[in-house]
Amino acid sequence: MRALTRGVLGVVGFLLVWELFGRSGLVSAEYLPPPSVVLGELGKLLGDQLFLRDVLATVLALLITVGVSVGIAVPLGLILGSVPAVRYATRAVVEFLRPIPSVAMIPLAIVFLGIGPETKIVLAVYAAIWPILFNTIYALDELDPLLVETAKVFGTGRVRVLFSVALPSALPFVLTGIRLAATTSLVVLVSVELLAGGSGGLGQFIMLARSGAGRMDLVLAGTVVAGVIGYLVNEGLERAQRRWVGWNAATGGRA
Amino acid sequence: MTAMLDVAGLGHTYQAKDGAHRAIDGLTFTVGAGELVCVVGPSGCGKSTLLRTICGLVKPTEGGISLHGNKIDGVPEDLAVVFQDYSRSLFPWLSVQRNVEFPLRRSLGRKQRRARAAEALELVGLAKAVGKYPWQLSGGMQQRVSIARALAYQPALLLMDEPFASVDAQTRFELEDLLLKVKREQNTTVLVVTHDIDESVYLGDRVLVLSNSPASVVADLRVDLPGVRDQITTRESDAFVTLRGEVARLLNVGRPTAQRKVAAEAAVAAKWAEAERAALREAHAEDHATN
Amino acid sequence: MTKFFKRWIVFAGLVVVWQIATVLADDPFFPPPTEIAEAARELWLSGPPDQLFLTDIVFEHLIPSVSRLMGGWAIAAAIGISLGVALGRSRTALEFAGPLLTFMRSIPPPALVPVFLLLFNVGTSMQLATIVFGVLWPILLNTIDGARSVDTLKYETSAVFRVPKWQWVLGVVLPSAAPKIFAGLRVSLSLSLVLMVVSELVGTDNGIGSQLLVAQREFDFPNMWAGIVLLGVIGYALNTVLLAVEHRVLGWQPKQEHSKPVQLATAGD
Repeated sequence: MRALTRGVLGVVGFLLVWELFGRSGLVSAEYLPPPSVVLGELGKLLGDQLFLRDVLATVLALLITVGVSVGIAVPLGLILGSVPAVRYATRAVVEFLRPIPSVAMIPLAIVFLGIGPETKIVLAVYAAIWPILFNTIYALDELDPLLVETAKVFGTGRVRVLFSVALPSALPFVLTGIRLAATTSLVVLVSVELLAGGSGGLGQFIMLARSGAGRMDLVLAGTVVAGVIGYLVNEGLERAQRRWVGWNAATGGRA
Repeated sequence: MTAMLDVAGLGHTYQAKDGAHRAIDGLTFTVGAGELVCVVGPSGCGKSTLLRTICGLVKPTEGGISLHGNKIDGVPEDLAVVFQDYSRSLFPWLSVQRNVEFPLRRSLGRKQRRARAAEALELVGLAKAVGKYPWQLSGGMQQRVSIARALAYQPALLLMDEPFASVDAQTRFELEDLLLKVKREQNTTVLVVTHDIDESVYLGDRVLVLSNSPASVVADLRVDLPGVRDQITTRESDAFVTLRGEVARLLNVGRPTAQRKVAAEAAVAAKWAEAERAALREAHAEDHATN
Repeated sequence: MTKFFKRWIVFAGLVVVWQIATVLADDPFFPPPTEIAEAARELWLSGPPDQLFLTDIVFEHLIPSVSRLMGGWAIAAAIGISLGVALGRSRTALEFAGPLLTFMRSIPPPALVPVFLLLFNVGTSMQLATIVFGVLWPILLNTIDGARSVDTLKYETSAVFRVPKWQWVLGVVLPSAAPKIFAGLRVSLSLSLVLMVVSELVGTDNGIGSQLLVAQREFDFPNMWAGIVLLGVIGYALNTVLLAVEHRVLGWQPKQEHSKPVQLATAGD
């Protein structure tokens, strides 16, 4: 309870400093509007259909991205994690591809795919695959050999072992990977919306608010909403992790 | 003999939201300069609270402690501790040499530190391991490093908290003899907290027997054994056997009812010790934030 | 040698396959690797001998880009580690700052690019601000987590031996937290590459990102691919250097835990 009070005080303190700073005239209110103005704008925006449509566009893209990444990265991770030869052979390729920042492909992707939503989703998927892939591989490495032995003793086949033993015990790590992937995708999605436009979304809203009328209050309101989405995604996935794999809190659950 | 450590009417009660726990009650005893005193008591009786009040890590709610005449308020100047859990008490990122030098940085220059550490490591028979990391050593050797670290500090009083409880029996004998040798050669004043009756008699010039929680002194026994002791002959001697029997009787060891009671109390005490450590952690975090 | 060979043979094979496929397909979007390599050489390695054959583009675009990346990352590391130790060792301060930090780090950093654009104008300080704000969080949160979980017995040992404050912080808290801090630094490094590109794509005339935009406008696909590959190489190189440093600094660890995937700490739990 005390911690909660202090946390609230911390936020209120921050807003107060910002408010005073914004009203002090040190920085033009046009550049850094005080939070009272931003929150007021935010309130209006939440009733604005167009804005809500932008928010929805980003959230939908995020959901699709995470779904597609999981669909690609988890099976891939299971293969690479359980067949050492394949993993060894592809290591150099993976190590080469991973560090390429997906945003660097924005110019190429725009020419190639246009500026529709598929562009940002493809780029975000590219970024989101890695954390899930690596966590899945790592989870299989950490797999308790005793569990596998036990399963084999009972005559369980290789594929069955994979699905009934390996996957459940890898789940905490995979969930951590998904959480990281979701956060990363949000960053990439907002970046692409910001830089490429065309496909709607929060990023585009923010960019238009800035370049059109120079409405910093709208820019900041949009940023706050982006932060709330980021918070909800992270918090939600963390809760899911804690609830579903609470039994493994000591190892994989911690992140 | 002058009193090096003077504990007078020491009492401590832990306060928590859901009640209070009296850990020690009216403890009074002294330790003379150059003496080795063993404090023995049933598990969870408040031994560790006693040790932490002497270190100045816990402020007692009643009574007081003075170390060579100065009342203890906060961690005293020239006191060193050897903890039971060497693996957590040593710093894994420092070599053996640097672990021993660690507490000396405040007061000594580089050369002196190095010399002092080398001397202490020589004394505990680890001159060859100076460059190793703690995890490369066996448990017994790690505890030797802790002992060397405490000795290099040249404390007026050396406190040992169940120092040999986490090593195997053979190593335990070796370390006990090491402690006796060091004490003879350096004339160090030592207070050993232990739950092992044999060990307390074997090591001590005196044995303080504590009661169940809340701890108070039940008996203060003089150990009439020669200064130089031997793991086999000393333990066979009549004086040893009689004394260990006496301590065991005082502790009610081996009687079923007493055992049950002790077990129940140990469980309660463990709970409180946990709460205490949590409180301690919190206090430390604050402590380091504010100053 | 054979190990190295084995490791890269599949990679080399794929490059060859790609080469054949692109030559056969003859699609302007996908130039063959040889063409990309030629473009890269032309772009960056065709300078005069007294510049070590590096072109002016290297000095005007590559080096400023990488400097901003490293600069932003270093500033974030300095702030993140010092603030993280302070917050990690003070429960009160953490309780005050926790929710605020959790929210701040949830903001996708690119969303703040317009804010920084307005506050700092186009240029280095805006780019630095974007990078620093974006990569601060993994370092800060991991440092807090590491500093918080210093072993109680190590605290007691330090307290009993009355070690001075500086020795407690530098000699105990920092080494205890070091494995977590390095994990944070690694995430931050790859994130700073992303943010460097983003900040350069927002209409600047300098840096690797802006070069990509130029290539896009001119429909110069080999140059675009070369830029993308270069960013991958830079990311790989920086990560390798950081891993080597980490390996040295954390050499005292009994078990090497480097293979662990990066785990991000969260404030408050």
